[in-house]
Amino acid sequence: MIELKNLTFGYTPKKLLFQDLNLSLQPGSIYGLLGKNGAGKSSLLRLMGGLLYPTAGSVDVAGFTPRKREPAFFQELYFIPEEIYLPSVSLNRYIDTMGPFYPKFDEGQFRKYLSEFDVPPDQKLTAMSYGQKKKVIISFGLATNTRVLIMDEPTNGLDIPSKSQFRKIVSSALAPDRLMLISTHQVRDLDHLIDGIIIIDENEILLNHSLADIGDRLLFSSLSSVTETHRVLYAEPSLRGYSVVLENTEQEDSKVDLERLFNAVVTNRAGIKNLFQ
Amino acid sequence: MDFQDKKAIYLQIADYVCERILLAQWPPGDRIPSVRDLGSELEVNPNTVMRTYDFLQQKAILYNKRGIGFFAADDAAERIKSYRKEQFLETEIPYFFRNLYLLNISLEEIEERYKAFIESEFNPNKVV
Repeated sequence: MIELKNLTFGYTPKKLLFQDLNLSLQPGSIYGLLGKNGAGKSSLLRLMGGLLYPTAGSVDVAGFTPRKREPAFFQELYFIPEEIYLPSVSLNRYIDTMGPFYPKFDEGQFRKYLSEFDVPPDQKLTAMSYGQKKKVIISFGLATNTRVLIMDEPTNGLDIPSKSQFRKIVSSALAPDRLMLISTHQVRDLDHLIDGIIIIDENEILLNHSLADIGDRLLFSSLSSVTETHRVLYAEPSLRGYSVVLENTEQEDSKVDLERLFNAVVTNRAGIKNLFQ
Repeated sequence: MDFQDKKAIYLQIADYVCERILLAQWPPGDRIPSVRDLGSELEVNPNTVMRTYDFLQQKAILYNKRGIGFFAADDAAERIKSYRKEQFLETEIPYFFRNLYLLNISLEEIEERYKAFIESEFNPNKVV
């Protein structure tokens, strides 16, 4: 549903951020886009949303070319940026103004999400705290029922109960023809919620696989000592010796630890690349 | 739900479902929660719950009525026990054996302790 082909982009022609990037994302999934600060997560999302234009190569989102900014495209995409803006109006006014842009917008659904998030319905939007505003935008975005929903660091500013509520609501809003793409550096907030992982580092996409795939190929375990007999891809000291990522040669089951996965992917690029080819 | 660190999430959810069935909270013949409802309740991706339901279907613990939903099989409790036994023998016993070997504990000692354990935990005639 999202296809990047040989995507090249730079804010200045001399310093390219991405070069010949390829990425293919399917509907029916919640993808997590992980990367360090400044890795280009937001730029990549903005290229998909038609907010930035590629220098070369193509971007296809739900059959549209984002840079053309066709109204039909914007009816099928909702983009929640990291920095949000809400006008100084009431909630009802906001629904009346913004709802009609999205043919599949469902007001009942929107109000249900707001009450699940504990957002008071009778407050002016600008009088709300940052976290409350964020919850309004997230609820609205989910209720637009667009085929593509992009969220840039959506859990920033949410308190602990809201993060849990966020996972419940997002999980229930996934549909077979819908694609959600969430960028974050707080991987724990999205644990178990995402089923596809995209890792981007130093202008490259190092990994794009489902969690099931990753669990098939990698084993997350602990060892008392790291010896050469184990096919260790990554190790970090822990209370029980070492927390490790191993090649999953015996088809064992383990829980994919996103933080350890991320560290393994960015520190052992070659080893990971080999396994996932 | 509090997930453990080691086991794959879809298997932990399988344990959760099996427990509901064994405790008769989800009795055979009743429809169990949909993939979407359970996903939302446990805050996990619905595709992960689908993987759990597929897995339990393979084990014939659940069955699927097209367009209606998933149900616990009539002999689900028996099947869960045999699945658990298989799992216990495969994953927990080797770890247990390893400790016996490393700590030099004889099987006789284990047998004694096992009998005492059963006596104290499961003997209905015991005076507390």
